[in-house]
Amino acid sequence: MSFSPFVDLADLIVYRMLGFAPTTRLGDSIHFFVLDTSKIFFLLFVIVFGVALLRSFFPPEKIKRILSHRLEFTGNILAATLGIVTPFCSCSAVPMFIGFVESGVPLGVTFSFLVSAPTVNEVALVMLWGLFGWKIALIYMMTGLTIAIISGFMIGRLGLENQVEDYVYQIKMADADGGTPSFRERAISAWSYTKSLLKRIWPYVLIGIGLGSLIHGYVPIGLVATYAGKGNPFAVLIAVLMGIPLYSNAAGTIPIVQALIEKGLPMGTALAFMMSVVAISPPELIILRKVLKPKLLAVFVAMVAVAIVIIGYIFNVIL
Amino acid sequence: MEIKVLGPGCVNCQTLGKNVEAALSDLRLDIGVEKVTDYEQILSYGVMSTPAIVIDDKVVVSGRVPAKDEVKRLIERAK
Repeated sequence: MSFSPFVDLADLIVYRMLGFAPTTRLGDSIHFFVLDTSKIFFLLFVIVFGVALLRSFFPPEKIKRILSHRLEFTGNILAATLGIVTPFCSCSAVPMFIGFVESGVPLGVTFSFLVSAPTVNEVALVMLWGLFGWKIALIYMMTGLTIAIISGFMIGRLGLENQVEDYVYQIKMADADGGTPSFRERAISAWSYTKSLLKRIWPYVLIGIGLGSLIHGYVPIGLVATYAGKGNPFAVLIAVLMGIPLYSNAAGTIPIVQALIEKGLPMGTALAFMMSVVAISPPELIILRKVLKPKLLAVFVAMVAVAIVIIGYIFNVIL
Repeated sequence: MEIKVLGPGCVNCQTLGKNVEAALSDLRLDIGVEKVTDYEQILSYGVMSTPAIVIDDKVVVSGRVPAKDEVKRLIERAK
């Protein structure tokens, strides 16, 4: 995919209209900012709308029926894959979790879904595709799925069903059928979703692009490579530990990561950092605490973190 | 008629609540909207993705925010 119209637009605005010189650091930073901002907001509008429309055909009530009483492993693979297209906002995490458990989806399979849904999403994939190319987007997707499958499978093996809050098992659900909306109704809802999502994430995106632009223009090449390059054996571990408490979405994280990679951050370290930012966040953990006892919550965080670290090191070796 | 909006109170749920109230006032119906925020109650309707609209104990929409006009149609249909 070529983004040359956006490059032309940024050239026109920054160099011709505003009169910055392409060779100065400031001009370079501003150009990067304008280019990424226009490109990313365009992609977000188009893709978020498209996926929201697609999602309306996969409501969680349907996914629950697909995953119910699945065997382990195939169930984990299926759950992780379905996590790509499903809506996941933190306010839906609890009802989804309870709904899955109540309808007989195994605990480990539920966790595969819980890891995959926030990590591998359309916003992350399309931004990676736009900024790094389809290979990296594909690698990210496969990696995210692998982490979701493996960590869910391991959690399933640990027999921690007693570490789910007891009331979860007492809830009885009716089988709801939300009706079948017309295409027009789906489109209107998808548009309203797109607007509300963009309203929520635009500050993260702008801050992300702003920091990315500063790094792009002012951080000398090699600085990142010296401290966080392949020579530092702890870089992946530190990146993941830093990423866990950070709360941002893929849209805000990717521009920063793009700039850091340009300055010599290895791909594996970068992907590990991104994943730890989006996969685990304090607000999500606070919400999950309503259904998980502390021990299971800790196992969940540890399992996902370890899986991300391992994947990070593997990619640094093979990429 | 009894109308409920299910959702823990996130942005989408608030938007839906407003759409439902606007639809009711357009239709000149004087019906209160009950907001159900308790997870256990939400789930008892079989709803996993919020927000949702329940009319007379039947889930008519879940997991998305229908616009005012669609809500109007849903209410008319349930009458």
